[in-house]
Amino acid sequence: MDLSSINPVLLIASLMVSATPIMLAAIGETIVEKAGVLNLGVEGMMITGAVVGFVVGINTGSPMLGFLAAAVASAILSISFGFLTLYLLSNQVATGLGLTLVGLGLSALIGKPYEGMKSTTLDPIEIPILSDIPIVGKMLFAHDPMVYFSIILVGAVWAFLKYSRAGLVLRAVGENHNAAHALGYKVVRIRMLAIMFGGACSGLGGAYISLVRVPQWTEGMTAGAGWIALAIVVFASWKPWRILLGAYLFGGVTVLQLNLQAAGVAIPVEYLSMSPYLITIIVLVFISALGNQGAPASLGRSFHAST
Amino acid sequence: MSLKSILTGAVAALGLTTGAYAADVKVGFVYVGPVGDGGWTYEHNKGRLAVEEHFGDKVETIFQESVPEGADSERVMTQMALQGADLIFTTSFGYMDPTINVAAKFPNVKFEHATGYKRSDNVSTYSARFYEGRAIQGHIAGKMTKTNKIGYIGSFPIPEVIRGINSAYIHAKKANPNVEFSIIWAYTWFDPAKEADAAKALIEQGADVILQHTDSTAPQAAAEKAGNVVTFGQASDMAEYGPFPRVSSIIDNWAPYYIARTQAVLDGTWTSIDTWDGIGAGMVGIGEISSAVPADVKAEAEALRDALASGEYHAFTGPINKQDGSVWLAEGETADDGTLAGMNFYVEGLTGDIPQ
Repeated sequence: MDLSSINPVLLIASLMVSATPIMLAAIGETIVEKAGVLNLGVEGMMITGAVVGFVVGINTGSPMLGFLAAAVASAILSISFGFLTLYLLSNQVATGLGLTLVGLGLSALIGKPYEGMKSTTLDPIEIPILSDIPIVGKMLFAHDPMVYFSIILVGAVWAFLKYSRAGLVLRAVGENHNAAHALGYKVVRIRMLAIMFGGACSGLGGAYISLVRVPQWTEGMTAGAGWIALAIVVFASWKPWRILLGAYLFGGVTVLQLNLQAAGVAIPVEYLSMSPYLITIIVLVFISALGNQGAPASLGRSFHAST
Repeated sequence: MSLKSILTGAVAALGLTTGAYAADVKVGFVYVGPVGDGGWTYEHNKGRLAVEEHFGDKVETIFQESVPEGADSERVMTQMALQGADLIFTTSFGYMDPTINVAAKFPNVKFEHATGYKRSDNVSTYSARFYEGRAIQGHIAGKMTKTNKIGYIGSFPIPEVIRGINSAYIHAKKANPNVEFSIIWAYTWFDPAKEADAAKALIEQGADVILQHTDSTAPQAAAEKAGNVVTFGQASDMAEYGPFPRVSSIIDNWAPYYIARTQAVLDGTWTSIDTWDGIGAGMVGIGEISSAVPADVKAEAEALRDALASGEYHAFTGPINKQDGSVWLAEGETADDGTLAGMNFYVEGLTGDIPQ
């Protein structure tokens, strides 16, 4: 065993990279669920974002345009979910699962000609002054722009939900759609916008995997990240800063267990491999034991103005 | 559920009667990953396409990709058998017991299971001696490492993977007595993000050569990003990452085997056999050793390849001790296939335990 071979600076830097996709997807899903909609199609939207981001990134040579296209494509895909659940009142759980399957199939189809190709990836931006701080500088302030963006986004969502009037209305829609409707708020329109925001965030998360974290396109490459994002929303009790905590915890344990294995730590590998999931489950149990975790009261319920 | 299975059975039976005109033989393939993984499944699918090409209208092929190992695979195989497949290739180690189970229910359907060791009257097994290719990779790795740390991304702790680790280690050690291996078990055949993370973890801890026994090209991309890290293509050539970081590769070539076995079914001469071919028979190909490898190392590696191909040298030739120091092979002794097929120990010098 040689723990000294694990470099904590690199470890923390890679855990931030590893956590960014699930954090982006989870923060989007938080807004969706805060509006009272349960969209289980995160995985499908992520993989769609991954393929569209990669294709656009390759064809334009600009990863930034790739991210933009990924956000737009996944938002468009999420509109289909919104249309089915909000206008045709289909079951949200079933429709969300369907969305995942559609996304996986569609992405495989789009991505076929792009297998094995390489895209330009995002270069890290070293934030002036801050990145010169010894140790902490390299750890926290020498990442690619999407890592910073994801953290800023978490802060923005938090401020939006807590301080803005629109955030209050969104939460009202999610807590009691009938009351919100009676007050004259457009429940369906607000939910549709929330769903599109969630789609765009999932798309960014997926594109981060195909453009930065891996970076290449392979079919099925999100490999369940969308489901982890859904778990993290519950884990975080629908609170934005806890999303950041949850995503970094999950990403951290994932990266740490690989590093511990490489360093030859004498813990059986099986325990290391299951640890990210195990820790997520344990924390979920603790949170549930605390009682009301702030799940939006109308979560998963269909709304129609006649009822 | 039972109604559903009756209905699917009925539909399959209808399909069978109408489809009978189409082809003489229907061949099914069960894949563990997507056909676009660029590695293991990609090569099996190339074998399938070769079968289609070779036989034309006489043979129809069907496949199912990304089938999880375990109960789900049993359902997929049953479905294929009900759809009228005459020959079914199950192409991952974890399909071993499901293949045996389903084969017992369909005595008239022939099954071929890749990399396993359980056979029955209608189940053959086939595999390639990938460890011969690993010996060559080990040699190049030992010569090319500057940090003397070689990273190895394992999938599951099964004999197939352990053989590869041992073979690579023995030959890396011969080339460079100071090498150390760091092994990460990914517990997946295919998860690009996880494979990339594993490669990064190894690189961050000083490994400058990465060997992988997982199926995607993600570790290649991670190595390319890191810069001075050498990799090898796994299962497929992965030439798009050459000449550096990918300096050589093991290429699985299943096409001749698939064609031969399909022919045997057409001729009615199919019997249950165990095939285990290596470089010599062409089932294991060694991808071009790139210009990034120094000429003398390349020549040594090619000499090793030729010696393995001709059978004049065996990749496991004594003296070799087991990890605990006990003697496995005496001077000049070579390993027998039985021990290799069930290999569950590290050779001397490797650190860490094999997860049980």
